[in-house]
This record gives sequence, structure tokens and C-alpha cells, in this order.
Amino acid sequence: MKHTISVLVENRFGAFDRVATMFSGKGFNIKSISVGETEISEVSRMTIVTEGDDQIIDQVVKQLNRLIDTIKVVDLAEVYHVERELALINIGIHKGSMEEIKNICDIFRGNIVDITNKSMMIEITGPPDKIDAAVNVLAPFGIKEMARSGIVALKRGEQVKIHKKENIT
Amino acid sequence: MEDRIKMKRNNNLLTGADIFFECLKREKVEYIFGYPGGAVLKLYEHLYDVDFLKHILVRHEQGAVHAAEGYAKASGKVGAVLVTSGPGATNTVTGIADAYMDSVPIVVFTGQVSSHLIGNDAFQEADIIGITRPITKHNFLVRDVRELASTIRKAFYIASTGRPGPVVVDLPKDVIASKCEFVYDEEVDIRGYKPTYKGHSNQIKKAAEVISKAKRPLLYVGGGVIMSNGSNELALFARENKLPVTMTLQGLGAFPGTDELSLGMLGMHGTYWANRAVDSCDVLVSLGARFDDRVTGKVDTFATGAFKIHVDIDPTAIDKNVVVDLPIVGDVKHILAELASEIPAPPDTSEWLAQINAWKDECPLTYEDNDGRLRTEYVIEKISEKTKGEAVIVTDVGQHQMWTAQHYKYNNPRSNLTSGGLGTMGFSLPASIGASFAVKDRPVISISGDGGFQMNIQELTTAVANKLPLKIFIINNTFLGMVRQWQELFHKEKYSFTDLGSSNPDFVKVGEAFGIESYSTDNPKDVGSLLDKAFSVKDRPFLIEFKVVKEDMVFPMIPSGASISDMMVNRLNPKRMT
Ligand SMILES: Cc1ncc(C[n+]2csc(CCOP(=O)(O)OP(=O)(O)O)c2C)c(N)n1
Repeated sequence: MKHTISVLVENRFGAFDRVATMFSGKGFNIKSISVGETEISEVSRMTIVTEGDDQIIDQVVKQLNRLIDTIKVVDLAEVYHVERELALINIGIHKGSMEEIKNICDIFRGNIVDITNKSMMIEITGPPDKIDAAVNVLAPFGIKEMARSGIVALKRGEQVKIHKKENIT
Repeated sequence: MEDRIKMKRNNNLLTGADIFFECLKREKVEYIFGYPGGAVLKLYEHLYDVDFLKHILVRHEQGAVHAAEGYAKASGKVGAVLVTSGPGATNTVTGIADAYMDSVPIVVFTGQVSSHLIGNDAFQEADIIGITRPITKHNFLVRDVRELASTIRKAFYIASTGRPGPVVVDLPKDVIASKCEFVYDEEVDIRGYKPTYKGHSNQIKKAAEVISKAKRPLLYVGGGVIMSNGSNELALFARENKLPVTMTLQGLGAFPGTDELSLGMLGMHGTYWANRAVDSCDVLVSLGARFDDRVTGKVDTFATGAFKIHVDIDPTAIDKNVVVDLPIVGDVKHILAELASEIPAPPDTSEWLAQINAWKDECPLTYEDNDGRLRTEYVIEKISEKTKGEAVIVTDVGQHQMWTAQHYKYNNPRSNLTSGGLGTMGFSLPASIGASFAVKDRPVISISGDGGFQMNIQELTTAVANKLPLKIFIINNTFLGMVRQWQELFHKEKYSFTDLGSSNPDFVKVGEAFGIESYSTDNPKDVGSLLDKAFSVKDRPFLIEFKVVKEDMVFPMIPSGASISDMMVNRLNPKRMT
């Protein structure tokens, strides 16, 4: 099963490398990883999507916790949370395809951020499955290049009561 | 803040080098094992006048790390190492990996090229922080002299608390030379590092109830009990409740080998009766052990009928290899004491102990002893007898290591020093040197094979230079014995590159060349008197080569990844058990 794990780390020399090295050293896989600032200047948040059975995920969380530079590790599969990803997709345009692509882009509430007479680039933000869907629909037009940011995620505010393990996006 | 010390020397700011030694003084470092070089010359300049600390010059940086490990394991204190950048630093890698696998608290200080040169492929530059990241508990590059004192404080704290381990501190040349005010905080607060010491009371209560109701309980004891100094608590708990105790390689010494409740070692080369007990127990209590594959063999068939309780200070050890029924995270010493007080009534184990004794009689540890030829088992038994189990025994890796584990009856914790997790040949000699600085009242004995002895042979000089009363015993079977054993059993008897016989040096001459009184024997009758001679020497090293038969194999043996039912009890009788 896929799990999104949110890790607060000291924003320090080598800290990200330590996290990545742990994953490769222990043979855990990383589906996506993103790193960025938080509300505290010396703390960064890494959002890591990994895959494995319960025993593996249990180890991933414990091994992350064991690193000295990690401050807090949360397996978001256990809490209500929001996940978002951003994708930039560069699509080749052919005769008449431009209008269709633009329509699809609208449906996914994307933006056209670059256009030439050979290609157009759209930007789509949303939960990862929405991006997957957009990619699927756009694929037949010929995706020339794509960059996905990896997931960023936050658990929802405390007003949400947690009844059971479930993801809401 | 009371704990905070601020200092300027003669109203001047302190250099990084001054601060370095001020910090070591506050960490109460007595010995530092090291080797000088360009990047650490400034530190060595200061070292020349330092009196609170003794620098031990090794002859290879790997030796420095193993010596620090030996010192740490024997004393329970943190071992310290100082080496130069580049090759000095990379030479420490094997030792650091060894310390990581066996959770040995050491701090390794490596020199580094000046900050502005880092990344430039400067002379003797190596990214030791990158190289050692996966084999250290933590590591630090000190980028500013103002961070030096707090970094050293943290390094010792991290190395010695929680599950201990190696920490590397990389010191760029300019940092050591620059100056600042010395500010030292006794208190360490690392928000991402808060080891759990106190076990969960409810879990402990539950465990005590389960043990109390057990019919066939077994304590499975690892190195964690020794690290937490929990041997007394273990002895009380086991004896009061009549619980049999089996130990891992690292656990040997945690409980006296001569006690009738001791089953000796379990696992691949464990005793027949210890492994039968694991297979048949109904409650298995793991104390400071990690269900390593050399212990469990095939995990699916390991102690299948047992309710498993796992006590460990490291949460990652729990459910890593074997999923357990009742985990307790915390310091095993305290948890043992609590367990003892929570047990409602001792279990009745008389039948169970009788069963274990029957297994012991069925298949004792035996060896050929009537053909007049010398065997390792005999040598170890004699050493055990002569030292009454009181010596500090430092083995290398291979057959002699397993035979020592089987036949030496350790009476005390911190007296069995060996490389278990990494299995590093070349560990014994330098580690025994380190241990000699920690232990003055009992003999320290290095036991190596003829292969491993040659891996850090240069440290003979260190032993001589420091007039250490070290006993250096070489078990010479003219082979890389353990590999030869696997070749015989599992690789069609193709003894590929394991026969050292024709090329081995004359070990007596080697010893003598280093200035060590050295002897050799292949006669069982001479062993006793040679040992007496060795133990009578108190002011310098003493070397004995024991020429033993080459074709012997270590039994019992559970082949790698196999089950207890696949145990080979002896050469004639493989698969005696079903
Ligand atoms: C540094 C290192 N290299 C290789 C090995 C693999 N290995 C394990 S045991 C062994 C043989 C050791 O031979 P020796 O030192 O003569 O001891 P014996 O087994 O004969 O007692 C070898 C080569 C190792 N453990 N460590």
C-alpha cells in the first residue's frame, strides 16, 4: 500500500541526504519526495511517498524517527490530510488539437503557461490522482516533456474529527 | 545557567585546537587512539603539551578505531579516535562500520581540508561525512569554530546514550585554527533525539504475568544487557524465577557461563540444547537482542510456538526481523528490575529445566581428544580453566571465534569482545590493545586465526611500545578455517584460496621481530605450561602460536537460512535432529 509520510527535519547540512540514504540503505522505495520550507525557518518539511506492507511502513516510520535530524514523523495514511501535486506538461500541437487541449486543460482547471506553434505547456495542480487522470487524457496528443513536483501534504486542522483511517483529498 | 562555562584564556579568545582539548577534558577522555597527518597537525601540536589525556599512537587508522572499540566495550566509556583527512579518514571506515553494527560508543575525529577547499578535490580531501553517513549513528561537519564545543558535546552524548553507536566529527583545518570565546553547555538538548529509557508499565506488567504463567520460558539475551549494565538485574531475575538463559555472541558474559541456568550461545553455532530450547519454548523473552539472522536462521520456523516478548531500547529493532507479541521499548536494566518486582509468582520450570538437561546429555559439546593432536577447543578450555572465566577475551572472526564462544565460560560482562555484526577479521589485536588500557586487574587475551592475525599485524608495535601485558594467541590451522568449512560443506570441497599454509610467515619469528617473547606448540601436553608462562608475564606482550589440526569443523551448525531441524550436530551425524 502507498503511504504518504510527512517528516519535519532540521534544515541543516546533510539532513536531506541522511533521509535519502536511509531509504536506499534499507532498501525502502521512494515513489516521490519533496522538500520545502515551513513556518519555522530552521525546519524543513519532507513529504515522502513510499510503498510497502504494514511491517515495512512501520520500519520506515521508526527508521525515520531514529535519525537525529528528524523532529517529527507522521504517517498521513492514519490521519485526515490534504495532498497536492503540481505538474508541468508540454504537449505537441497538431492541426486542430489546440482547442481540444485547451478544453481538457479547463476541465482540469489547469493553466496554459507557455505556447509556441509546435507545443503548449500546461500547469495542473491537484491531488495526485487528478494529475494522473489529466496525464492519461493528454497522452494521446503526445506529451513531449513532463515534470511533476511530487506530493506535498498537510494534515487537516483539528476541527475535523477522525473516526477511522481514511484519506480525504 | 550554572552548567554553562565561558572561558577566555589570558583574555584572548581560544583557538579551535584549545577548545577541542577543553572539550575532551570535560568528557573525561583518558585515551585517544590516533595517527597524525597534515590536516590535524595543529591538534597534534597542542597534544604535545596535554597532560590529562594519553594519546596512543597506532600503526594504522583501522587499528585506532578497533582499539577505541575495545576500550569502549571493556570500560563502558566512550572510545575516542583522532586521524587526519583523506586516507587517514577512509582507513577508519571498516572500524566505524564495525562499531555501528555492534552498537559501540565511539567518537571519531577526522581532519578535513580547509573549508574553502572542500569540494575542490584538494590534497587529501575525502567526503568522510558522505562516506560514513550510512554507518554512523550520526555525523557532523563543523563549519564554524563557534559550533565546535557544542558539536563535540553532542557527539559524545549521541554516541553514549540510547542505543550506543559511532559518531564522526569532521574538523576542517581552518576551523581548528580560528578563534572564538569558549562556551560550553553541560546540558544537551537535541529536539530530534530523545531516547526512551523507561519501559511502559502496563506492558511490563503484562509481560510479568505471561512469564509467570509460562511452562517453558526462555530468556534470550543480547549485547544490550551488557551495554545497559544490567547483568546483576538479569542474574536476579533469572535465578529467582528459575528461568533458563541463552545468549547471543554479543550477549556472552551477561550471565555467568558456569551457572546451571546458562544454556550457552544460541543460533548458527549455538549449543544443541539452547537451540532445542528456542524451538520448544512457550514464552521467549528477548532482552537487548535483535533477532539477527545468525540467531534465527529461517524466521518462519524460529520459535514458532512461543509468545514473544521483546525488550529493546531501539524501537527499530522491534518487529524488524521477527514480529513479536509484546514489545517493550526502554532500558533493559531498568525493565529487568521492574519485571522482577512485577512477577506475581515464579513459574514452575522444573520439568522444563530437566528437559533441557536431557538435551544437554544427549548432545554435549565434544571434540576428538584422543589422537594426541592439538585442537582449538582444547586450547580454549585450558584458557578458560586457567583464567577461571575471569579474563577479557578478544576474539577475531572465524572458527576460533565460534569455538571460543562455545568453550570459554565467561563469568563477567564486558569480558567477551568480538566483532559480531560486521564480522571484521583483524578486529582482535587492536581491540585487545584498546581493552588493555581499560582493564588492568585481569588478563586481556587476544585470540586470532592465522588469517585474521595478519590483517592488523602492524599493531604488534603498539602493544610493544606501550608495554601492554597482552596475551597474543594465534590459532594456526594453516587455513582460512571458517571459509574452508563452508567450502567443505557447501561448495564441493573446492578449497579455493583458503590454504595459507605454504605462505604463512613463521609467527614466532614475526613476534620476535617485533620484540615479543614468542612460542609455538602443536602438542596438547605443552599448552598448560605455556599458558602458565604467559600469565606470569605482567609487563609486556607475550605471544603463543597454537598449531592446530586444519580439517576440524565447528559444530553444531545450522546452515545459513535454515531451520533448527536442519542442525548438523557433528561431522558424522549431520541432521541428527528431526
Ligand atoms: C575483513 C574480512 N574479510 C573476509 C572475511 C570472510 N571470512 C570470514 S571467516 C574467514 C576465515 C578466517 O580465517 P582465520 O583468521 O585463519 O580464522 P579461522 O576461521 O581459521 O579460525 C574469512 C576469510 C571477513 N570476515 N572479514
